[in-house]
Amino acid sequence: MITWNRRKWIGAAASVPCIAANLLSRKHTLGFESENAEPIAWIHAKILTAAGSLINDGTIVIHKGSILAVGTSDATAIPPGAKIIDAAGKWIMPGLVCTHSHIGGVGAADASAPIQPGVRILDSINVKESGFKRALAGGLTTLNIMPGSGHLISGQTVYCKLRYAGKGPSTIEDILIRDNEGKAIGGLKMANGTNSQGEAPFPGTRGKSAFLVREQYIKAREYHAKRLAANGDPEKQPPRDLHLESLVEAMQGTRIVHHHTHRHDDIITVLRLSQEFGFRVVLHHVSEGWKVAKEIAAAKAPCSVIVIDSPGGKLEARDMTFKNGRILDEAGVRVAFHTDDWITDSRVFNRSAALAVRAGMNRDRAIEALTIAGAEMLGLESRIGSLVPGKDADFCILSGDPLSVYTRVLETWVEGQKAFDLANPDDALYAEGGQGAGFELNPYLCCFGQSWQQSGAK
Amino acid sequence: MLRAFQSLVLCCLVSSPVWGQTLVVKAKQIHTVSGKTITNGAVVCVDGKIASIGEIASVAIPEGAKVIQAEVVTPGLIDVRSSVGLSGILNVDHDSDHLESSVPLQPELRAIDAYNPREELIEYVRGFGVTTVHTGHAPGELISGQTMIAKTRGGTVQDALIIDGKAVCATLAESSKKSGKQSPGTRGKQMAMLRALLIEASEYRVKLSKPSKESELKDEDSKVARNLKLEAMVDVLEGKKALLITADRAQDIASALRLGEEFGIRVWLDSAAEAYQLIPQIKKAGVPVLLHPSMARASGDRENMTFRSASMLKENGIPFAIESGFEAYVPKVRIVLFEAALATAHGLSKEAALESITLSAAKILGIHDRVGSIDVGKDADLALYDGDPLEYTTHCIGVVIDGVSYPGESR
Repeated sequence: MITWNRRKWIGAAASVPCIAANLLSRKHTLGFESENAEPIAWIHAKILTAAGSLINDGTIVIHKGSILAVGTSDATAIPPGAKIIDAAGKWIMPGLVCTHSHIGGVGAADASAPIQPGVRILDSINVKESGFKRALAGGLTTLNIMPGSGHLISGQTVYCKLRYAGKGPSTIEDILIRDNEGKAIGGLKMANGTNSQGEAPFPGTRGKSAFLVREQYIKAREYHAKRLAANGDPEKQPPRDLHLESLVEAMQGTRIVHHHTHRHDDIITVLRLSQEFGFRVVLHHVSEGWKVAKEIAAAKAPCSVIVIDSPGGKLEARDMTFKNGRILDEAGVRVAFHTDDWITDSRVFNRSAALAVRAGMNRDRAIEALTIAGAEMLGLESRIGSLVPGKDADFCILSGDPLSVYTRVLETWVEGQKAFDLANPDDALYAEGGQGAGFELNPYLCCFGQSWQQSGAK
Repeated sequence: MLRAFQSLVLCCLVSSPVWGQTLVVKAKQIHTVSGKTITNGAVVCVDGKIASIGEIASVAIPEGAKVIQAEVVTPGLIDVRSSVGLSGILNVDHDSDHLESSVPLQPELRAIDAYNPREELIEYVRGFGVTTVHTGHAPGELISGQTMIAKTRGGTVQDALIIDGKAVCATLAESSKKSGKQSPGTRGKQMAMLRALLIEASEYRVKLSKPSKESELKDEDSKVARNLKLEAMVDVLEGKKALLITADRAQDIASALRLGEEFGIRVWLDSAAEAYQLIPQIKKAGVPVLLHPSMARASGDRENMTFRSASMLKENGIPFAIESGFEAYVPKVRIVLFEAALATAHGLSKEAALESITLSAAKILGIHDRVGSIDVGKDADLALYDGDPLEYTTHCIGVVIDGVSYPGESR
């Protein structure tokens, strides 16, 4: 498994460790505790663990929301008292991780300014939005819910678990992923290129875009230096600034930057800024990533790639190709895919990997790009993304090969609870569509400094 | 002399069919769509037409013919409703001619005057098997203009064109409402404006067909003045052009049917996300459905769409074809092969999926005497694959249009 470089924050004297696996204690999640005390075992399934090759006759055992054992059926012990389910003919794989989603009728930063890092997406999410149910129908279990790309910095993203078993969540608190201090974990959304340009106060050029971003990070660096110098003395403490705090977290590596970027030169600009300020970055969309694959690999920046059925829609995406995933992967770049839901539909997220395989990407890597690679890009790889003992029991059960058009997601399990069941008509509605299954609200995404026509109806 | 030679070369490159040339496509599976699937077969194309087809052993392969080998062959795919060629890859003014918004009713706008045969997205969809497109003005105005049918080749619109002015495009939706004090601002006003236009065209038609005594005297001045807008609508009234109505909500579909019944015109329902809610009404009206892409977004007027629409239309015997439709942003063009493929995961048989992007589309468009199936005498339009055409990981390895081969998807 490729683990990628964790940059130290070079902007301050103190080096603060990144979010580490042991901070992600389950006791602080507000998920549903398993009602069934006994373990459950699925036997004779084809299992894609995303941590090794396909197990043709496999068994997976879960208990109390975690994976207890995974392996070949003949070598995996089933604990006494376990409920045993014959899964012959079915496939089981980790719950899909979408590193870039806009589900929930979200709207973070508004049109007042191009840089608003203090705005939190979690304050705008409607957990009752049907998009969450559709995502489960696609086998997704973890989402990075993001603001749009209409700003240079459009706010804080939030990582969510789709804890929709039973009655489902009542509030956003029920689906957050928290650290051991109980704090919701998320990233920071940034963008460059044309989406975040517009009329003043938005930047009009790429040069201005980079300048505005640098200016803010420098302010944040100075702000943090003052805070450190105050050494806890309330008299010397600078007044709290939510925007700058967010940037400080990015520079400390505790808030991963998720950066929208398409064109090859914009990608290089992101790498340059990341280098200057030491923020840990995931490159998102990266339509022209294949043109600068070597440079991305050298910078050890992972790529969350979007797969769209045709190139274009805007100049920046003209050279988009299904080959992007393959070329980046072969260059040594860690690759994940994302839905950008509602740009692509979460229900067919597996299709992104399948089309990359159509263009020559290694099958195992394509499966990882739907699961563990995404988990790594959220800093959650110790807890989710692959089927190994000790990790959360997040997985989906499929009717066949996940890279086939004929395959359906039959069940999706989150932390040991069945959150989607195609056999249940209430769930099937969201899988198939129909009256009431669509978006209640479209996300408020783009492009704030531009007229609707200029933005190409983004 | 050199120039003459150049023109000759150019002519050979762009024009088709290539007369006197024979092309043979051999495949393990040939889906004729009109009849049985042939195993280990061959299609012989002569002068741009299909000359013979059958099992390899039973087909005479002409000497010296160029031979192409594929795993699977289908008829060239037909996209029953697109804006490709009018709506370009960059999505900027420079390449966007699919929608003119100065006034809401413009049936006089011809697709041939806007179609760019060298638009790169045409080549892109051809790479995924599409050989014929019904393309034209997009949804978004009450009447946005006309459509045309073209082959996905040719350096000029004349090279590509099969039929000019196939349909007039209307939209009954939120997207064709105007803001402020402009009309139409409501659904009621949309229908009132369409009815008024059709009534005006009826009266115009009467004037044209019953010349006044003065005009019988051949007095040029007293003849009915030509009106391009009304001429297009007269074609609709006379059934020479269909009225393609983009309508997703059940109430808009019902309005479209009501309009068709009142004026006795040929209506094609376009997109029709909630068609499944009005199956008996659509069946009774006898109108075909140009069905939205399976992966259209379930939002706005399409919020109640379902992946099962195609299978429900099929089960109920309603003629339909799956379209790529129009996209304002991304994907700038959709691939009908992908859209039909997804319907197979939701109740549509593989055979019906293939038919929905070949022969069914041809029948709706009235071009099934030429294209849509692999039959002797039809245009030699084929799509070639290295496996199951509908599967995600299969490739379209080439296409044939009028007996001339083109590359498949870029890999």
